[in-house]
Amino acid sequence: MKSIDLEAQGLRELNITLQAQSEKIEDDSWEIINPKGSHALAVGLNAPIEVAINGSTGYYTAGMNQQATVHVKGSAGPGVAENMMSGKVLIDGDASQYAGATGQGGLLVIKGNASSRCGISMKGINIVVGGSIGHMAAFMGQSGNLVVCGDAGDALGDSCYEARFFVRGSVKSLGADCEKKEMRPEHLEILKELLDEAGMDAKPEEFTRYGSARNLYNFDVDNAGAY
Amino acid sequence: MKQHDKNGIPHTTPRQSATFTQDVNSDIRRAAATGIYDIRGGGAKRKVPHFDDLLFLGASISRYPLEGYREKCTTNVTLGTRFAENPIELDIPITIAGMSFGALSGQAKEALGRGASAAGTSTTTGDGGMTPEERGHSNKLVYQYLPSRYGMNPNDLRKADAIEVVVGQGAKPGGGGMLLGQKISDRVAHMRNLPKGIDQRSACRHPDWTGPDDLEIKILELREITNWKVPIYIKVAGARPYYDTTLAVKAGADVIVLDGMQGGTAATQDVFIEHVGQPTLAIIRSAVQALQDMGMHRKVQLIISGGIRSGADVAKAMALGADAVAIGTAALIALGDNDPKWESEYNDLGTTAGAYDDWHEGQDPAGITTQDPELMKRFDPVEGGRRLRNYLKVMTLEAQTIARACGKNSMHNLEPEDLVSLTVEAAAMAGVPLSGTDWIPGQLKY
Ligand SMILES: Cc1cc2nc3c(=O)[nH]c(=O)nc-3n(C[C@H](O)[C@H](O)[C@H](O)COP(=O)(O)O)c2cc1C
Repeated sequence: MKSIDLEAQGLRELNITLQAQSEKIEDDSWEIINPKGSHALAVGLNAPIEVAINGSTGYYTAGMNQQATVHVKGSAGPGVAENMMSGKVLIDGDASQYAGATGQGGLLVIKGNASSRCGISMKGINIVVGGSIGHMAAFMGQSGNLVVCGDAGDALGDSCYEARFFVRGSVKSLGADCEKKEMRPEHLEILKELLDEAGMDAKPEEFTRYGSARNLYNFDVDNAGAY
Repeated sequence: MKQHDKNGIPHTTPRQSATFTQDVNSDIRRAAATGIYDIRGGGAKRKVPHFDDLLFLGASISRYPLEGYREKCTTNVTLGTRFAENPIELDIPITIAGMSFGALSGQAKEALGRGASAAGTSTTTGDGGMTPEERGHSNKLVYQYLPSRYGMNPNDLRKADAIEVVVGQGAKPGGGGMLLGQKISDRVAHMRNLPKGIDQRSACRHPDWTGPDDLEIKILELREITNWKVPIYIKVAGARPYYDTTLAVKAGADVIVLDGMQGGTAATQDVFIEHVGQPTLAIIRSAVQALQDMGMHRKVQLIISGGIRSGADVAKAMALGADAVAIGTAALIALGDNDPKWESEYNDLGTTAGAYDDWHEGQDPAGITTQDPELMKRFDPVEGGRRLRNYLKVMTLEAQTIARACGKNSMHNLEPEDLVSLTVEAAAMAGVPLSGTDWIPGQLKY
């Protein structure tokens, strides 16, 4: 394992070094020490490497990640794994707002809770949250899966498209055009896979599925109040 | 029409209301019939003070002119000198504004790339991501980073010559986007990761930042991902130009793009286009003032857009302090949009050449703002590119002609003192004296 001391080496060197692994992998295992809540750590990676961050991070950790596995051994600030394309991002603690925003692929696992707008505008990413999530989760979510082992706050899935939501606990309220859906065998299978991959100890049968009612897909004056 | 009633008493002349005009009444009838607001393309159509209200003074005894065609008047501009390792070098100060693939066909994007590259300038992507047509044919391509993040990915981000974080558009400050189902073809649906045929909304606010402090961190992230190589522009609508410019500079912009209310859009509510935002003429001086107050004028470059049509407009925007301009609508017209040769088809759509603005419906007779394969065939991207190149060259020659007449050996040396205004309103907005006076309304003299 190679180690990068953020305090000593600085953000530029950290990201240059990790991004350079896309050309030639020097080592497939990296450790970042002294993250001290810094922003834009391990962003734009594109190599099948593992990066462990020893502590909590600021904004946009692992932003736009491709292939890499980034493990935050602490909590993550706003926009963790934003626009992730592939790979895996794992947060031991909690995540702030907009976790996994606009993500297009890969898996984001948050062992603790996630704040508001988790999975906002998600475009294919899978997100598994061990705890609960805040309001406006998956607003305008397009595709992918959001799994919540705890409870969901207000306006879950507001104006969503084809993203799927699985919640084990309560949902404070559903957003516009989001509805409870039948859990069919194929959904249980997707859910089981995601829970296994995320290492969550929960049974798929305990979850409820939500998704788009598809009533707002084409404008209708009778729905005007919902827009 | 009868002149008298049955008792021989004369009718008064029928009088149309200045408030309930024919236009207004047709809007009311349309709303009553459909139950939905009018959505259209283009910019504000109402008359607002504009560059036409300004005149150049030219040279005289106190200032001598440069010889047309003989003496040099440079037009090149460098954008993004503040932080980027590779600023953008352009031969002319006229860029092509961001227009989305989806709103425009792939071939139209290709033509924009061809024309701009031949004229030595840049093009800009738009909501909907980067297409190979556009990247392939644009020497310099600015990649828009929009609230919707449709098609946004790090690979394309790194192919860009600059990144433009779009906060707002002059046609709709504070508004999101709209692409109606008719235009969501398989390809557009795939690029945006959405079902085909649905009305697609673009968010009005970025999903993962709010406010200038967050934006600063977002820009840090984008720079880290692109290795601090390319300039980062921030595009804002002409709403509060002094403060928006100040905050954009604070957030770390290399370039500010400021878009006035005449600026085009692919599809927005008519009420939004006509009633929100400020005229292009009114926003330039306060943005320049903000830059000057921070000691950043010419260090952070300012691109002005919204209703730029000619070399005179370019010269006026630059005299007021802009480093460059961007064009959208004018570029589409150069490509062949709204050409009278399609008049009978415009008539079939209930409109006429010049007034056609239902770009969102995807039935564009000129084959430019459509995803319909049959209509798209009407548009030849090579010919379109050539026409755009010609037009850009003409605008540049016109702007140079004016600059030389004002005695400038570079377009960037044009200054507000070269201008006067024809109207009190424009004088106040542009901060130049009313013609024949030394009066600049709104400026205190004590
Ligand atoms: C067809 C069309 C599509 C547009 N799409 C976008 C877009 O995707 N993103 C954006 O920031 N601006 C978009 N705009 C606005 C332009 O970037 C630009 O601000 C405007 O066109 C400038 O004003 P002008 O049309 O008067 O030249 C679009 C404009 C048009 C006409």
